[in-house]
Amino acid sequence: MEVSSEYAVQMHGILKKFGAFTALDHVDLDVKRQTVHAILGENGAGKTTLMNILYGLYQADEGGVFINGEEAQITSPTEAIRRGIGMVHQHFMLVENFTVTENIILGDEVCGAAGVLDMKKAREEVLAISQEYGFDVDPDARIEDISVGMQQRVEILKALYRGAEILILDEPTAVLTPPEIEKLIEIMHDLTSKGKTIIIITHKLKEILESADECSIIRRGVYMGKVDVKESNETDLASRMVGRNVNLKVEKTKAHPGEVLLSIRRLTVADERGIDQVRELDLDVRSGEIVGLAGIDGNGQQELVDAICSLIKVKAGRIMVGGHEVQNTTPRNVFEHAVATIPSDRHRWGLVLPMMVEENTVLERHGEDLFGKGIMLDYDKLHEYTHTLVERFDIRPSGCEQERMSGLSGGNQQKAIIARQVSYVPDILIAFQPTRGLDVGAIEFVHKTLIAERDRGAAILLISYELDEVMDVSDTIDVIYHGKIVGSFEQGTVDEKELGLLMAGGGSQ
Amino acid sequence: MNAVIKFLKKPIASSLLAILVGFIVAAVVLAVAGYDPIGSFAALFQGALGKPKYIANVIIKATPILLTGVGVAFAFQTGLFNIGAEGQYIAATILSSIVGITLDLPAVLEIPLVILAGVAGGAALGAFIGFLKARFGIHEVITSIMTNWIMLYLCNFVVMSDAFHKPNSTSALPIHSSGYITILHEWKTTDAAVDALAGVPWLREALLKTDLNAGFIIAVLVAVAESILLARTKLGYELRAVGYNKDAALFAGIPVNRSIVLCMLISGAVCGLAGALNITGIAPHTITLLAAQEGYGFNGLSVAFIAGCSCVGCIPASLLFSGLIYGGMSVQQVMGAPSDIINIMIGTIVFFIALPAVTRRIAEWLERRQEAKAAAGDAALPGKEA
Repeated sequence: MEVSSEYAVQMHGILKKFGAFTALDHVDLDVKRQTVHAILGENGAGKTTLMNILYGLYQADEGGVFINGEEAQITSPTEAIRRGIGMVHQHFMLVENFTVTENIILGDEVCGAAGVLDMKKAREEVLAISQEYGFDVDPDARIEDISVGMQQRVEILKALYRGAEILILDEPTAVLTPPEIEKLIEIMHDLTSKGKTIIIITHKLKEILESADECSIIRRGVYMGKVDVKESNETDLASRMVGRNVNLKVEKTKAHPGEVLLSIRRLTVADERGIDQVRELDLDVRSGEIVGLAGIDGNGQQELVDAICSLIKVKAGRIMVGGHEVQNTTPRNVFEHAVATIPSDRHRWGLVLPMMVEENTVLERHGEDLFGKGIMLDYDKLHEYTHTLVERFDIRPSGCEQERMSGLSGGNQQKAIIARQVSYVPDILIAFQPTRGLDVGAIEFVHKTLIAERDRGAAILLISYELDEVMDVSDTIDVIYHGKIVGSFEQGTVDEKELGLLMAGGGSQ
Repeated sequence: MNAVIKFLKKPIASSLLAILVGFIVAAVVLAVAGYDPIGSFAALFQGALGKPKYIANVIIKATPILLTGVGVAFAFQTGLFNIGAEGQYIAATILSSIVGITLDLPAVLEIPLVILAGVAGGAALGAFIGFLKARFGIHEVITSIMTNWIMLYLCNFVVMSDAFHKPNSTSALPIHSSGYITILHEWKTTDAAVDALAGVPWLREALLKTDLNAGFIIAVLVAVAESILLARTKLGYELRAVGYNKDAALFAGIPVNRSIVLCMLISGAVCGLAGALNITGIAPHTITLLAAQEGYGFNGLSVAFIAGCSCVGCIPASLLFSGLIYGGMSVQQVMGAPSDIINIMIGTIVFFIALPAVTRRIAEWLERRQEAKAAAGDAALPGKEA
């Protein structure tokens, strides 16, 4: 494509290698001015690498970058900022105990005579930009006190404050709740109407359809072309991204529930600050069924899971596993009652990243005689055992048993956790945000595994902030709001609207 | 070239490079100060390795810092920063001395008891620090530093107490000689020994003129054992898992708090062994009044970092460290250059241990250059395209 000033960003023939691995193989990108341009690709496809090149964090081995039709040598983020490029990373870079204003001006402070910080002027400037774009951000609030959605707006403000005309948003919706996502999309449209150009990196198809004008697709480092979003749909985008037909619909047979395996009665759990987050909650999960818990982040889901796993003490109530009370014991005791948990934050709770894959697959059961008698750990056995899991669950790259867990892609890390938890043949499987940050191919795998576990006879509790996931996978859908179950439905008897209303506290109960 | 790149990617490369940089910086400092660097280094090596006696002394001095180094490295690998090695070392010397002064048993009993007392002292102090962290969340660095000082003053208190003080001196009574682990310490002063050793001058020198003792062998065995413990046992697996990611370990049902206490206990025991071996192994075989900390623990930190926090790596690192310190004294004697230069050198080495990032960059740069060359070579071969 020709280089033209019609385009805010053009990247042509970008080649980037890391050692022997080709991350980007002559990728093109043409972003029209004043549009929202999505870059779609699976985990590890090279989306973020491409954007890091644009932002000057990496240098391309080959290829040219053009900003507004002019060739640009972007050798550092400073240079990128000078050229009006701003980037909001997936993980925010904010100082928690600074105020919004302090964070925004950090590194670009407004100074009066003799270099004295002029906070008053800075505050006014921040307020002005915030109002111009309808951000609704309190300039005096501390970062630690505001919601994740607000923090993201602060990050965007930070870029705008530095004069960004082109905004790169890396997985901007990964951490947001549905209403926050809506607000973000609104803001994005508002920004483009005021002359800005936005590039978003994502693998969430629905959001692309709602927010983007055009979409460039990258598959394993290779550019697969550009799509006009108006003329596309979810299935089309998904198969272009993965390179095969993806079944977005979850296939499953009718559930045949048996006896109640997990029974929670009048459970009350307080968070670290002593505020009740779970309030007299009742919940039953039967063998051979998937109970999905729909709800917005922060309605007690985390505390519920922590209480089931005995990571925190419950204030009142009982958690019965196969007839035994397990609340206020130890994680080990809960595990020994055949409860396996897929945690929501795989890096924090699920994996020991610097250790090898084969060390990670036995985290709960390394003490068993199977892995060495007495005090010694038998690494040959570990290797053998992990090898079968890697094969069975298609954890890639194959033969990764002795690689560090940190070297695997997010999807494969999640596969490793699921492989581990499923290999325990649990009676009860708690899946907390099991597809967080995964692409469609990996999501399909996770859902299939959950259903296979159900058909084996396990009782499955699925807790997810993705309403679609809960609606598609669960046999029974419970809605949690304010630490209580406020509605319970069989799959197919309720629609998104009704659930959304309950999740937002709008129910009659 | 490939071999070079492969080597640079290994952790040991940064340690060796740091040592090289340390020597270069020391050479510059010496030259600027007006001393001949080559001559000084010659004096250094001569002073460390020139005579059997010197080598024996380097080994003797390496023993305690090898152990404190292993203690620190062990804790570090499990996510804890045991800066309290010094205090655990002192605690051990106190207990070993008390037991050695009080009890007078045959060597087979005396030696193990005196050593065990010291190990127990270090272990208890380490476990206490671990307990404070596990139970109350107090950072181990804070409590470690405090206990270092508490132990120092406790040591002085014990030295001056009526029960243990040796009159007209600044030290406590020596332990009973049945507790000595000096090699052949009784035999070597006999006439028979003098006769027997007359034919083997190097051995005679090493044995008679130094306190050569079994400590270093014990220390090496401990270093190897700790390495195996970490890498090959279930306990080591748990400790590492807790060290790398406490939350995931907790989630998986590993008793995290117990692991923290246990790790500090083991680390403290090893540091304690250093103290116990110094009491049993070298003169004056007792504790003395301390004006300041002797640095066995802190030097252990340096050893651990030079070794890249590998327990086995501490063996060469401690020998290097002790060689520099001991040989450095001759730099002063022979060249008149202040031995502080040696401290500058050691400081520089530890400082540049932060080099892994640099060595990795060099490796990557070489790799890229090689690839570029290969690419250019391919293009130059005309037949290749067809």
